[in-house]
Parts: sequence; C-alpha cells; structure tokens
Amino acid sequence: MVPEHSDASEADTAALALKILVAGGFGVGKTTLVGAVSEIRPLRTEELLSEAGQSVDDTGGVSQKVTTTVAMDFGRITIRSGLSLYLFGTPGQDRFWFLWDELSQGALGAVVLADTRRLEDCFPAVDYFEHRHIPFVVAVNCFAGARTYGAHDVSRALDLDQGTPVVLCDARDRASGKEVLIRLVEYAGRMHTARLLNSVG
Amino acid sequence: MTEDTNGAPREPGSQWYDGEAGPLVRPYAMTGGRTRPGPSGVRFDLIALVTLATTASGTGDDTTLGPEHRSLIDLCRPETQSVAELAAGADLPVGVVRVLLGDLLELGRVTVSRPVPPAQLPDERILREVIAGLRAL
Repeated sequence: MVPEHSDASEADTAALALKILVAGGFGVGKTTLVGAVSEIRPLRTEELLSEAGQSVDDTGGVSQKVTTTVAMDFGRITIRSGLSLYLFGTPGQDRFWFLWDELSQGALGAVVLADTRRLEDCFPAVDYFEHRHIPFVVAVNCFAGARTYGAHDVSRALDLDQGTPVVLCDARDRASGKEVLIRLVEYAGRMHTARLLNSVG
Repeated sequence: MTEDTNGAPREPGSQWYDGEAGPLVRPYAMTGGRTRPGPSGVRFDLIALVTLATTASGTGDDTTLGPEHRSLIDLCRPETQSVAELAAGADLPVGVVRVLLGDLLELGRVTVSRPVPPAQLPDERILREVIAGLRAL
C-alpha cells in the first residue's frame, strides 16, 4: 500500500493496473468477450512451457533446447490515465493449469464463461476459483439457438456458493460484456468488504 | 509464426519436430541463456507497469543493450506499458521479456511497478471508479 501520494507525478508512480481473468471451456467465447470490451485489438502473449510446465507438459526427448509456447489473449480497458483494467483469456486446456496460478496472483476476479449445451466444461474453472477464494461471476454465453436456461438453473446445476452471481450475456456484445464486468467488480468489492469484516469480527 | 529466425542452425536431431507440433523457439538466445531476471530475482507480473526512467539520458550506454532491449525501450517511449503488452508488442515470449526487463531495471533504464500483493484488493474508491468507468464506456 502506498500511504499518500496525492502530488505524485501521476501515471508514473500512481499508475495502477487491475487484472481480470476470463476462464471457461474451449471455444466458449473467451477471446470474443475480451475483444468485445477491449479498447485495443486483443493482443497475444506467449508463455514458455519450459518455465513451469516441464512436469506437466512432457518435453522429454526434446531437451531444454527447444521450447513450445502457449498463447494467451488479452485486452485492455483504460478507466482513466493511470488506471487500467487488463483482461486475460486463460488457456483452455487443462494441461496449462500451472499458468493459472500466475495469472490469478493479485487478480481482482474472474469471469467464468459457460455454455449451457456443455456446462461441464466450466466445472474446472469454477472449482479453481472457489478453492482459491477468488471472486468470480458465471457468465452464460447465450449462443443463438441454444436453449435458454434461467440464471437460477445454471447456479443450481453448477452448485455455486450462495451469492455467486450468474449473468446471462452475449459475449459478442460490448454492452453485455460491460455488464458482466460491472457485476464482477461489484461482487469482488462485496467479497472484499465481507472478508474485512470477518477479520475484525 | 516462424520463430526460428535467429539464424541459429537447427540442432541435429530436432528435425523430426515438424510444423504441426506447434511453434518452436530457442527463446533464451536473446538473453544469453539466462532464464531468470538478474540477481534481484524479481518476477514481473504480466500487468506490472513498465515506465522509462526519466533520468536515463539518451542512448549513451546503448552498447550494453541488445536490439531486443532497445525495442522494449522504444515500446515504452510513448506511454507506460504492461509486461504483457511489451511481450505482444515485441513479439517475444513473456519469459524472455522478463529477463530483458531485469537487465533494463538494473541499468536504471526503466522503473517497474510493484505487483499487487495477493489477496489484497484496491480500496473501495478505486473499485467505484472502475465501475463508473465501465458504465461510461
């Protein structure tokens, strides 16, 4: 925590970046959602598998000389000069779980995108964030033609903790994506306050 | 993307690793084989913000810098950049960018914001600001 820096030459010392993760099964629309709300074309960053993944990803026989990478898409929303929100689409495949640990460090929260036609695809993400007490909302991407379920049905099917928001959304739609993020930030704030109260009570 | 553009000859015996196996890189050639940033051992978060040090004068000591170092500096010139943006902008893997940033940090060419401590959220005022900002988009 920086105690006081009201006169700090803004953007330099006072610059703050917040991180939100977008998780969910393969092909559920993570990059689409990031692209819909990002002010920049989603960028792609590559993480080297040899860094942390050797035990996970079998690179035996390739030796340390050759390394494969896994790509992550991300976008940015500038709230104001010196305050930005970064959205990271998490790699879908289970074998890249180790990357999530780094991504979720210091994250404000997460959006778990769900498709009701294959709801089970988002179970691992729900588990992950619940176990680590990372605030998350479930955003049901309402694909055209997909039978629509109510938020309550999804909440029950996923056996979510009480209070975890479920939002119906269209990942392609900017306004809809914004709403998902707003719900997440509100929820993260509530979780944070509740934790503070617990710690003093 | 063809990552094998460093001019390094292919390692004998690696030819079996064909295009379908995904991108192949020899990424740490640019860092002199180092896979971790400098002695300080700092690990830059993906959203750590990198700003050019205002005190760094011109290009005086650029002989110690490689082309990749310089491209990172160039990317930071217009505005503060996150580590993730630098990696995307320079088309380098994040691990490599971390090592290069460690060099630049030690040389005093850049400043890097501290990562957010785990389990610590920004204060309520910031969260309200974020919500208002999102609504206004």
